[in-house]
Amino acid sequence: MLFLRRTLPLIIAFVMGMIGILVFYIPHSGAQALEQELTKWDRIVAAFAMVLGIYSLMRLHWGRVRRQQAGWAYSFLVFVGFTVMFVLAIYNDGQGPLSPQVIDSGPFVWMFDNVQVPADATMFSILAFFIASAAYRTFRARTPEAAILLVSAIIVMIGRVPIGALISDWVPWLSQWLMAVPNLAAKRGILLGVSLGAVATALRIIFGIERSYLGGGEE
Amino acid sequence: MRYFLTCIILVLYTAQVYAQQPTGVKAGDTPNDSGGNITVIWDYPEPYEGVKKITYTIVVGESENGPFHGAKYSAANLQSSDPGTFGHGEETSQKLFARVDEYTDPTDPSKKIAIENGKTYYVQVIAHLPSGESFPSAIAAAEAYENFFNRTKTNNFIIGTIFSLIILISIFLAQKRELFIRRIAGLEALDEALGRATEMGKPVLFAHGLASMGSVSTIAAVNVLSRVANRTAEFNTELRVANNDPVVMAVSQEVVKESYLNAGRPDAYSEDSVFMVATEQFSYAAALDGMMVRDRPATNIMMGYFYAESLLLAETGASIGAIQIAGTDSYTQLPFFITTCDYTLMGEELYAASAYLAREPKLLGSLKGQDIGKAVLLILLILGTLLATLGNQTLTHIFTAY
Repeated sequence: MLFLRRTLPLIIAFVMGMIGILVFYIPHSGAQALEQELTKWDRIVAAFAMVLGIYSLMRLHWGRVRRQQAGWAYSFLVFVGFTVMFVLAIYNDGQGPLSPQVIDSGPFVWMFDNVQVPADATMFSILAFFIASAAYRTFRARTPEAAILLVSAIIVMIGRVPIGALISDWVPWLSQWLMAVPNLAAKRGILLGVSLGAVATALRIIFGIERSYLGGGEE
Repeated sequence: MRYFLTCIILVLYTAQVYAQQPTGVKAGDTPNDSGGNITVIWDYPEPYEGVKKITYTIVVGESENGPFHGAKYSAANLQSSDPGTFGHGEETSQKLFARVDEYTDPTDPSKKIAIENGKTYYVQVIAHLPSGESFPSAIAAAEAYENFFNRTKTNNFIIGTIFSLIILISIFLAQKRELFIRRIAGLEALDEALGRATEMGKPVLFAHGLASMGSVSTIAAVNVLSRVANRTAEFNTELRVANNDPVVMAVSQEVVKESYLNAGRPDAYSEDSVFMVATEQFSYAAALDGMMVRDRPATNIMMGYFYAESLLLAETGASIGAIQIAGTDSYTQLPFFITTCDYTLMGEELYAASAYLAREPKLLGSLKGQDIGKAVLLILLILGTLLATLGNQTLTHIFTAY
């Protein structure tokens, strides 16, 4: 039992990790075919996992409806939306479920374009207000760091609109310099750390040193 | 006299032909590929007024005596345009190359025949002058085959091996002596944040971000989830894990279940605590925002790779007064987390989180290895900058990805 729960997953992680590393350096068609095969496995696993995901979603919202928790009506809407889209996907613009999914016309596409897309756009547009409120909180110059952030942000914002150049030619230049030098340097510093961190994490998992993804940490 | 003039004209014509005829023609297998491709190399013509107007065609035959057929090939370029294959030597600006993968079917000119591995082909380069004259080169033989190592990635392989060895040696050494690891405030505050949720009797909300299980940041987030689940099991605090990827959800369910089991609290685990929310980005954000507003979790933990939803989540979390700990390697979203969360793990700190929380020598050793690797990179960066300023590009070339 311990072999199935601990040892086997570690062996699989080691073998798959090493394959992943090696095929990166081996252009031979055999190695590339193996990589493509593993990608297919990944897709198959993802397809099965989607069934689990749908089950989890339905179970969660059914529980809320059954218990009539606060906001249970929204959970009910999940079932309405799921059923409508499921039926329309089966209908497939009159082609039926056995034909390839019609992706450029029909009620399924219409619902997606006219319900899902505007709803997504609405959520995205809220971001503008959230940025303003987050910026207001952050830019209260209580510390030297916040003051530097505030001044830099003002320069960058003004430098990116026409009024910046009207004030002085230096404003757009300074704005560009802030983005291209200190900002880029910080980004690259983070990226270097991220890359090394990714290598270290991968090694910890491949060699079975990090086992917390199996649950419960080290033994 | 007539004989003399004829000789001079013939010599001049021969010299002209020699000057225009592609020289130094060599053909061979294209390196670093899975075969089916031949690289043809020839000299860049001696400079003269019309040199830039010369065009080339390549013909391929299965026999040295022909017939030859038009080849489908990549445009002729200087070798210096492909330093991954040809290096950075001065000679690369004096040689042209093209890659041939197909040639015209002699029986049906509308079709192409692919170059086969292990078969000898004969290649000829023909130079076409603006005047309309054509000058064929000597014939070169070549054979395509599959390669077992991509030499353009040699630098990547060596550098990756060196850093891997540094990390593995650090892990080995960590078992023998105690290592100093710098304090990470966000992780130090984790117990406090979970304790606060326990005292308030409110749940802890954990969000993974949008990346799939194939992303290292998601793997790191799952590792952190395991540690968090251990603590919530010990503290008897409700944990809610919201997912947008079904595979991540399935893995998270197992991880949380195992953590509760290891903490001796299997009874406290509920299958509903790790659930699927939505696969779409903004549906996921909307659902999580709704949960935050309705359930008012005391602690929000956001670990993984985030996109534009980061601020939607973090700002809503801030508005309900939750303690928020975020960790991401997405540098475009870091400013949003820094401005709205109480603690933010930046980049590599996300990867370090699990090891830091475990306090296990082997895991801490890998963190030390990361730091040594960074120090080495820093020294190389300074050295490379100095050398490049002095006109020496050696280090720059060594660290160039192809």
